Amino acid sequence: MEMFWDILISGLLVIGGFFGLVGSYALVKLPDQMTRLHGPTKAATLGVGACLIASMIYFGVKEDELSLHELMITLFLFLTAPITAHFIAKATMLRDVNRDDLPKPEGDVDWAVYAPLSDTAASELDEVVEIHELREEEARQKKRVEDDYEGEVDDTVPPRP
Amino acid sequence: MISYALMFATGCYALALLFNLYRVVKSPGVTDRLLALDTMTINAIALIICFGIIEGSMIFFEASVLYAMVGFVSTVAYAKFLLRGDLIE
Repeated sequence: MEMFWDILISGLLVIGGFFGLVGSYALVKLPDQMTRLHGPTKAATLGVGACLIASMIYFGVKEDELSLHELMITLFLFLTAPITAHFIAKATMLRDVNRDDLPKPEGDVDWAVYAPLSDTAASELDEVVEIHELREEEARQKKRVEDDYEGEVDDTVPPRP
Repeated sequence: MISYALMFATGCYALALLFNLYRVVKSPGVTDRLLALDTMTINAIALIICFGIIEGSMIFFEASVLYAMVGFVSTVAYAKFLLRGDLIE
């Protein structure tokens, strides 16, 4: 049984080290920014997760003090890696990707990075305020038209005898 | 057997940190630097964990928890700064 735990811990450590190294090598090797985003967010996260689980098993088996701290760190890293990747990809899109190179998204919406109401640079804040006012004005006009229409309908209904 | 695996993992993460350092120093854009720094914090967490196994002490987990949280918050804050040009509006 001792042997089994030894093999398991060593295997997890080797896998973790290998994937960490591959993830970081991808950062140097891959050709452009968006592809480089893949290496650290997938391979390096898996590597560090394997290392943390190896450490958890080691302290549970060898030192007889099982703690779930490592599981917490693993979960935290697995939750936060996609969020950081998303934010870095957004920043890359805004700064370094030409807008004309991107395919048009379906429907009336634009990419969230460029859409003024979701995420925007502070220099565009005036435009945002203008758009808000425009939308409110539109809503008011629509309401007024609807009210007028209801009034007309009321007029055309013949009075009951 | 575990000691050899630990040596291997520590060596791998040391080399990975060197790769990240190369990308921080020599990179085409600022978001690449940000990504390299984020990877650096993740690799440092793994290195701290390996060191904790070598020393056989639980105290290093506290350090790695702190490292994970500070790394995440700083990366997101910097990315937000790049996106909006401001942190608190």
